Amino acid sequence: MLDHSDRNKLVSVSGLKMYFPIHTGLMQRHTGDVKAVDDVSFDIFEGETLGLVGESGCGKSTCGRAVLRLYEPTEGSINMGGTEIGKSTPRELRPMRPFMQMVFQDPQASLNPRMTVADIVGEPLQEHTDLKREDRLARIYELMDAVGLNRDFAHRYPHEFSGGQRQRIGIARALALNPKFIVCDEPIAALDVSIQAQVVNLLEDLQKEFGLTYLFISHDLSMVRHIADRVAVMYLGKIVELAPRDGLYDDPKHPYTQALLSAVPEPDPTAHDSAERTILTGDVPSPSNPPQGCNFCTRCPQVLDRCRSEEPEFREVEPGRFAACHRLNE
Amino acid sequence: MTDTTTNQAPRNQWWDVWDQFKTHKGALLGAGFFVFMLLFVYLGPYVWGIDPGHIDPRVRNQGMSFAHPMGTDQLGRDMFARMMAGGQISIAVGLTAMLLSLVLGTFIGVLAGYFKRIDGLLMRFTDLFLALPLLPLLLVIVMLYRDPLRAAFGPETGIFILIVFVIGITSWMQTARIVRGDVLALKEREFVLAARSIGTPPHRMILRHLLPNVMSPIMVSATLGIANAIITESALSFLGLGFPSDFPTWGRLLFDGTDWLQRNPERVIWPGLAISLTVLSVNYIGDGLRDALDPRIRGR
Repeated sequence: MLDHSDRNKLVSVSGLKMYFPIHTGLMQRHTGDVKAVDDVSFDIFEGETLGLVGESGCGKSTCGRAVLRLYEPTEGSINMGGTEIGKSTPRELRPMRPFMQMVFQDPQASLNPRMTVADIVGEPLQEHTDLKREDRLARIYELMDAVGLNRDFAHRYPHEFSGGQRQRIGIARALALNPKFIVCDEPIAALDVSIQAQVVNLLEDLQKEFGLTYLFISHDLSMVRHIADRVAVMYLGKIVELAPRDGLYDDPKHPYTQALLSAVPEPDPTAHDSAERTILTGDVPSPSNPPQGCNFCTRCPQVLDRCRSEEPEFREVEPGRFAACHRLNE
Repeated sequence: MTDTTTNQAPRNQWWDVWDQFKTHKGALLGAGFFVFMLLFVYLGPYVWGIDPGHIDPRVRNQGMSFAHPMGTDQLGRDMFARMMAGGQISIAVGLTAMLLSLVLGTFIGVLAGYFKRIDGLLMRFTDLFLALPLLPLLLVIVMLYRDPLRAAFGPETGIFILIVFVIGITSWMQTARIVRGDVLALKEREFVLAARSIGTPPHRMILRHLLPNVMSPIMVSATLGIANAIITESALSFLGLGFPSDFPTWGRLLFDGTDWLQRNPERVIWPGLAISLTVLSVNYIGDGLRDALDPRIRGR
């Protein structure tokens, strides 16, 4: 499980930067950048699930969208199944689209309210295949079966479904072209707990059935522990720690990961009250003006002097475990 | 148990639209009235055999009678026949001018909203048109092009093209601004991002995802546009820039009637009533259509 050296890298991201420019003043001059994703590198192996966690606004979703080239990355390379797509034009990207798909956070907003389920699920087929009408409908029914939707609902509109069903429609659309790689952008955040479990189990079943690879973005640490093989922790646009799931949850290396994990609620009331929590003070600094040195130095309980001046390198601290912290370099 | 017909072919979507449209009483009434009006102005002349241009000085300025249900004007022309002839032109001008301004406004609005690079340029162009003083502009256009168009297409068609064109290009700005605003908001919705992740090219993105979702404001603009076009045409006729006086339109009849307001008030009332009721019925149709075309409302 820990040794990935024999497995193929499906996705390889290195030095990915996504800056959104800020224009101010009368002349709309370029006065700064929101560094939503700032120099992020990671690999995803074939058939695995990489969890991407972090608090709101740390750049998780932006990272996922930039990997699929829904944004123009400022810098960096993205290797998708052997093809470099970091700088490709939309025309060059189009034949790559069936390879990589996305499941969105808000199932209500991600479905066009004026299209029926068959139209929505059939759109990728219409764009990328030349199936006849009947064949396309047959494929749509097949996909609806795969995600557990009743075929009779094919000609209904999204507003007639519940949140969980809508998310299933979104998953069916993502599966339509037999992709290898799916970015799940908080697919369960907008659902209630009982439905969350259904959707996560569905995602796991589909992974087994079709050999999918996921980038699973979430802020729900226990859910990521359930589904992910490896976990990357993001803070303020950077990955601070990347490790196999069990290693990360049992023995977090980075102070931010430690603080994040200690915030997970404990179901046992006695253990809950006696838990020694690391409580972070202050707010996340603005991504348009990150602190000098380590991004986490303003809130880190174990801060050193050099953290405020020198940026820690993101490096392998143990085999298969990466972290960016000066304390681990001592 | 009883449901054995699974996967049946879907019912045509337009039946659902019609079902919803039927539940809107105002729209149904409006549609009924509009159809009646169309029949009146286009088929009416075949039933009512009097020529609207026939001058009969013996029956000048008459009130309502069986021979002339809406009376006669100062030259003894039958008002009933003139209402029919005028309605043909007024409704045709209203519909075509509305279509022209709608197509132009939607086109510019969608382009400005979707393509950021040309947004500034197109919107300043729109502002330019909004800032133009319309009446002097209309005067100049009509002055310059009336005679060439008349020569090319004949007096009636030439002036019809001119009026439709003039009204169309001076009334698209509101539509463009509303559509641009809606497209800007829609563009950030996740379903557009989802379509982009599928690799949908821009023109299909606009046709499949954006235009159906900006239907409501376009529909409202359309119904208001018909009203606006009919009224602008009346104003042009009033200024003597519209159709020549021997081609009656509702606006023209209204204008001619104002001089006789004291003696024959019905000469103003009939065309006024026709304009108001037609505009009102079109507004109600638009209201009902907007609801019927929205699947979220249709389900209820």
